[in-house]
Amino acid sequence: MLHITCPWCGPRDDNEFHYGGEAHILRPAAPEKLSDAEWAEYLFLKQNAKGPFLERWSHSAGCRQWFNVVRNTATDEIIEVYPMGELPKSPEGIKAYEGNWRRQSAAEKNAKAGVSGT
Amino acid sequence: MSGQSFRIRDKGRIDRSKPVRFTFDGKSYEGFEGDTLASALIANGVHLIGRSFKYHRPRGILAAGSEEPNALIQLGGGNKSEPNLRATQIEIFDGLEAASQNRWPNLKFDVGAINSVFHRLFPAGFYYKTFMWPASLWLKYEHVIRHAAGLGKAPPDRDPDRYEKVHAHADVLIVGGGPAGLAAALAAGKTGARVILADETADWGGSLLSESDCEIDGKEPARWVEETVAELEAMPEVTLVKRCTITGYYDHNYLTGLERVSDHLGAAPEHTPRQRLWKIRAKRVVLATGALERPLVFTDNDRPGVMLSSAVRTYVNRYGVLPGRKAVIFTNNDDAYRTALALEEAHGRVAAIVDVRASVTGPLADAVRAKGITVYENHGIVSVQGTQKVTGIEVMQLDADGTGVTGTAKSLNCDLIAMSGGWNPTVHLFSQSKGKLTWDPEMAAFIPGTASQALASAGACNGTMGLADGLKEGVKLGAEAAREAGHKGRAPAAPKATEPAQGSLRPLWITPGKARLGRKGKHFVDFQNDVTAADVQLAAREGYRSVEHLKRYTTTGMGTDQGKTSNVNALAILSDVLAAEIPSVGTTTFRPPYTPATIGAYAGRNVGKLFEPIRKTRIDEWARANGAKFEHVGQWMRAWYFPKNGETFRQAIDREVKAVRDSVGILDASTLGKIDIQGPDAAEFLNRIYTNAWLKLGVGRCRYGLMLKEDGMVMDDGVTTCIGESHYHMTTTTGGAANVLSWLEEWHQTEWPDLKVFFSSVTEQWSVVAINGPKSRAVMQKLCNDVDFSADAFPFMAMKEGTVAGIPARLYRISFTGELSFEINVPARYGLALWEALMEAGKEFDITPYGTETMHVLRAEKGFIIVGQETDGTVNPLDLGMDWIVSKKKPDFVGKRSLERESMASPERKQLVGLLTEDPQTVLPEGGHVVEKLKPQPPMVMLGHVTSSYYSPNCGRSIAMALIKGGHARHGQTLHVPLEDKVVKVTVTEPRFFDLEGERIDG
Amino acid sequence: MKGSANGMRALRGGASRYSIFALARNALSYHENWQKAWRSPEPKPEYDVIIVGGGGHGLATAYYLASVHGIRNIAVVEKGWIGGGNTGRNTTIIRSNYLWDESAGIYEHALKLWEGMSQELNFNVMFSQRGVLTLAHSEHELKEMRRRVEAIRLNGIDSEVLSPAQIKQLVPIIDTNPGIRYPVMGGFIQRRGGTARHDAVAWGYARAADDLGVDIIQNCEVTGILRDGGKVTGIETSRGTIKAKKVGVVTAGHSGVVASMAGLNLPIDSRPLQALVSEPIKPCIDTVVMSNAVHMYISQSDKGELVFGAGVDSYNSYSQRGSIPTVESLLAAGVELYPIISRLRVLRTWGGIVDTCPDASPIISKTPIDGLYFNCGWGTGGFKATPGSGHVFADLIARDEPNAIAAPYSLKRFETGYLIDEHGAAGVAH
Repeated sequence: MLHITCPWCGPRDDNEFHYGGEAHILRPAAPEKLSDAEWAEYLFLKQNAKGPFLERWSHSAGCRQWFNVVRNTATDEIIEVYPMGELPKSPEGIKAYEGNWRRQSAAEKNAKAGVSGT
Repeated sequence: MSGQSFRIRDKGRIDRSKPVRFTFDGKSYEGFEGDTLASALIANGVHLIGRSFKYHRPRGILAAGSEEPNALIQLGGGNKSEPNLRATQIEIFDGLEAASQNRWPNLKFDVGAINSVFHRLFPAGFYYKTFMWPASLWLKYEHVIRHAAGLGKAPPDRDPDRYEKVHAHADVLIVGGGPAGLAAALAAGKTGARVILADETADWGGSLLSESDCEIDGKEPARWVEETVAELEAMPEVTLVKRCTITGYYDHNYLTGLERVSDHLGAAPEHTPRQRLWKIRAKRVVLATGALERPLVFTDNDRPGVMLSSAVRTYVNRYGVLPGRKAVIFTNNDDAYRTALALEEAHGRVAAIVDVRASVTGPLADAVRAKGITVYENHGIVSVQGTQKVTGIEVMQLDADGTGVTGTAKSLNCDLIAMSGGWNPTVHLFSQSKGKLTWDPEMAAFIPGTASQALASAGACNGTMGLADGLKEGVKLGAEAAREAGHKGRAPAAPKATEPAQGSLRPLWITPGKARLGRKGKHFVDFQNDVTAADVQLAAREGYRSVEHLKRYTTTGMGTDQGKTSNVNALAILSDVLAAEIPSVGTTTFRPPYTPATIGAYAGRNVGKLFEPIRKTRIDEWARANGAKFEHVGQWMRAWYFPKNGETFRQAIDREVKAVRDSVGILDASTLGKIDIQGPDAAEFLNRIYTNAWLKLGVGRCRYGLMLKEDGMVMDDGVTTCIGESHYHMTTTTGGAANVLSWLEEWHQTEWPDLKVFFSSVTEQWSVVAINGPKSRAVMQKLCNDVDFSADAFPFMAMKEGTVAGIPARLYRISFTGELSFEINVPARYGLALWEALMEAGKEFDITPYGTETMHVLRAEKGFIIVGQETDGTVNPLDLGMDWIVSKKKPDFVGKRSLERESMASPERKQLVGLLTEDPQTVLPEGGHVVEKLKPQPPMVMLGHVTSSYYSPNCGRSIAMALIKGGHARHGQTLHVPLEDKVVKVTVTEPRFFDLEGERIDG
Repeated sequence: MKGSANGMRALRGGASRYSIFALARNALSYHENWQKAWRSPEPKPEYDVIIVGGGGHGLATAYYLASVHGIRNIAVVEKGWIGGGNTGRNTTIIRSNYLWDESAGIYEHALKLWEGMSQELNFNVMFSQRGVLTLAHSEHELKEMRRRVEAIRLNGIDSEVLSPAQIKQLVPIIDTNPGIRYPVMGGFIQRRGGTARHDAVAWGYARAADDLGVDIIQNCEVTGILRDGGKVTGIETSRGTIKAKKVGVVTAGHSGVVASMAGLNLPIDSRPLQALVSEPIKPCIDTVVMSNAVHMYISQSDKGELVFGAGVDSYNSYSQRGSIPTVESLLAAGVELYPIISRLRVLRTWGGIVDTCPDASPIISKTPIDGLYFNCGWGTGGFKATPGSGHVFADLIARDEPNAIAAPYSLKRFETGYLIDEHGAAGVAH
């Protein structure tokens, strides 16, 4: 059972948490400007990395706050926990963030062009 | 000693003052407190304990611990009966009933043994090669196979015992209470760290309790154990758990253990569980799980009377029983010589030591020879006499490379063979923790390599075999673990230990027989599953060259012992065939649990009433008292309908449905999800979440809203009301409440954190009663005089606060029936009072309580959808003909872009329509499918399915809604609903059936 | 299947054919003369088709490419040992009683192939049509069940509604007391459904494919997918470069990883799926029983072990290990429905990695890269589809065009929105 450190409540067992999947999927600011294919990238395509992976969890049986985690999906080792709206600081986290295909996706460019999101 | 003729006078830790009577296969025996079933049977000279899985060969006792593959027992009777227990782990108690398994009619004469006559037809994997023709017969073949397989029997009915769970946190968890574990616990404990020490047996000391030839700090080992345990027990932060097998090593140093709390007492005392499942999160773990002795693979090495050498020593020294009067020791290492000496010391006789090593020297060999025991160097056992108990053996000299034998066979009489093929460190938990194993050629065994979690291995499980070294390692790692867990303090000095020195072993994985392997007698590798060396070679020959293939093809290591005694032998024999290094062939992964763990313990208290809670409203009691029938909705129990004496379901529903439209009905709507939304950006937030516009909703006004997933599909719906400046009250479906709250929080926190808005679930805070029907205004007026109920003052989709029957309330004029209707929200605790007041006030109008079914019929008459009935996650608002609620003006809302995909408006999509059956009395079954072109029999093309279907007394006919392909363009068409027994003709209509102009809303 | 059947006769004649007579004959020579079930060849420099992934689906694909489409120059490359992924980790349930037409199409196609598999492959895969029973525990589930049963029936697939009394008769150990939290209110059974010996499926296809000249190359990990412009030209492996005209990827549990080697992204999350077996006991349950409401399903193996499966774990992971609470709730549900199992013991627990799609339906598809094909995303339903999946995937690779059964499973659907959403029908892993 994973031991996850909620930034607000401290370390807890994973069954107190709800998993939110890949982190940093920016919602397009002007979706109407995207083609169906580009929209599908935002909506359905996943990074699903084997290794350091940036993901979202919420402490659903606790403070109900969402936060980000860098976890190695090959070993389940948790490398870093950081708040919503921020970017990872660990070398693994930074590498995983920058290496993600999404950084070049039309959907993300669309999002960045408009309102800032996380 | 009443029958215990193999009891040794002056040895053992059993309590001779406490005789214990038990039965085995119906025959009564006596043992002593402190005996295991195995030791007590040996004391009585009983060695035939069970039958093997495949060939039904007679089997005895191989080991003295949890690695036992043979001596499996069905314990007890009735609902407390338990199959497949190891006789070597069962502590006996008065009245214990044990029975052998997998034999018929009895153990001595077992018809199944016929299999070993035809054994040559049953090599490994034979079943993959036959039973194929004719195909139709496989189920018959299989029936026979299934009944031949299996071991013990499940109890007939419910388990009378109770199980509990312990959630524990430790600085240091130490697994194993042998010398290394005790030393580690002491060292860690002295630092003040929170230590948990667990051992799977009933007694502390592990291997020390089996030895008579070593000393610790000048004391008998047992003395040292007592003193150490006493010292540990005096430490407040140290927890000692006996009879607790650590079964699983999971992520982030989370381990599970199974504690057998009262099994050894026969019956659990009151307020005591039978077993406990420990769930331990440890900062550091020290594994001190010891090592398991390997059998030697020689001809007919499975006969009762063939035992592991260390087990023999355990029976002699710990339990004070003689496994045989005349023993032969068969070994490839020095340790077995200690067994010879222990037997001599216990007045047993040792006929000879057969050693595969070319020349044997050293203190142990000298001591043995000094006792006049013959040592056959470079010899092997080539045959075993006796089927139900060993009566003798033949030994021959090994040839140069040990693959054959030379010279002539010498016969020896004996009734016990104590064998030792060396030791396998117990690395199961280390491997479960995802640590990497490495091969140690010295020991010819796998030992822990690089760890991947915060753990260390001490003593024999780390390949550190010597007692002194094991103690030293325990002390060092125990102190280290405590320090890493944040507790200072120096490691105490390690105790001094003396024991006979040992030389090295000769790994000889197969002891050759007189004939070629597989031609005469059987060299067993896996005893429980009857896998022989020949089977392993066959698998390799047929190309099953991966260890996992070998395991799965031959089933070696797949028994209830998970191959504790067989895996390395099998692996070594395989690599011999492949002419490869053992480590390069690999090792199989060890899977939890270490030993089989009770299912009931995993379930714990979450059974029966505590399996999953049921939610009830404050009005639930009243409904029960008034004969309501209930249905499960999500976690809730909801009143389904209120049959009056003798009414059928249909009669009750017809009455309730009519009553609402003719006068007034009352419904407990408390289960609806309710979310209180506040903050300056609340309106903006709703505007992004719902498909329609929310920015201009005035205070005291309600609006219906539809929520989509980002993929454009309908997720939930409900009425949301503006309570005041930046304050809203959202309602959701009963089942969707929790999801919707999470949904709102997720969007807010992860997408729009800049919006100032807050959510709290208030589902439990409000009791909600809905009264519907033309007379509902009159009822309200009787109970509430501070609200003007006229249609102009209190219009549809408005909310007012007032006092109803003296209770402060929020009144919502909303309607799920199309009737004049008020939903009265009061603080939850007043729910029942409000309900009773309304019933009283409504008497003169014959107010009628109704449940979910009537609610469904009423809304269906009006064509209102129910999310989860008209939708299933694949339906969008356009499909439902609800375009009117999808804003064209809003730049964006959740799901908008997905709705704009061409496919979402495709005329081919399944769209919501009404269906009218040709015969108005016929009510379609919900889930029935609609077809256009009827065929005499399936398959036929389906257009879609009936989502809702009822008899509507107000329409005087049946009504139905359906989702069908291109439905919106099919109005007027005649289609068919083919059912198992008949075909129903239907006409497609609008999905609305009653009060089409909506004239009834104001009463 | 005709072509393949002929192929089999031609190739599996004589000494190497499995039968009771072959067993008897070999017994005389102490089983020392059995041939290898498949060769372990060195990779050739080039193949017409390379299948990446030596699981059931991959081996079946290779077999049908050879037997149905007559392609002989084929390699199956496997990172570890064949059948070592989900093929050897699932709970072996086979059924075709799905809600949507598209699903019924592929799974019924598979079920028909299961029915003749042992004979066609001359390898007993022990396909046992003991029936698959699905329980309903509430009014709502009864309605959902009715919808499913009607759809299945009108698709021409066998399905039969059972009353609680009939269920009790079929599965005596089940608790049908109406007072329990999830009372058994009814159920439906597909009698043609059942279980098979999972390892045997991989071995049977491997042996049959090997007979038709397919090279099965184990311990060969793919490290790259070679492309020339928009076309695939081969693969990089731990054993060197292997050229190929076409490459079919069937690597359940690692689809995303392999896809990224070709610069592709898939709509897939990889999650742990756990299962466990009890110690072997004498037969006590002959049918496969599934319950969505309590997320558990159970059957009994021929060896006597009770086989339990749970729902998918909540978080992405490649560690082939789930979280213990999943096992606890699975077994609590087990005891709730089958009280007699409480005193039995868990023998082994394990996890696999399942690739799940947003609509819980698989991907059998061409890709933007010519000659590169993907078969993945089976989630929890892969094993039962093995022969059908291999059969239609082989067809796709051979003709470079999906047939009617495979067409709905194109990657394109995520762009157009024509999803095949089985969530409603697949509440629980199976």
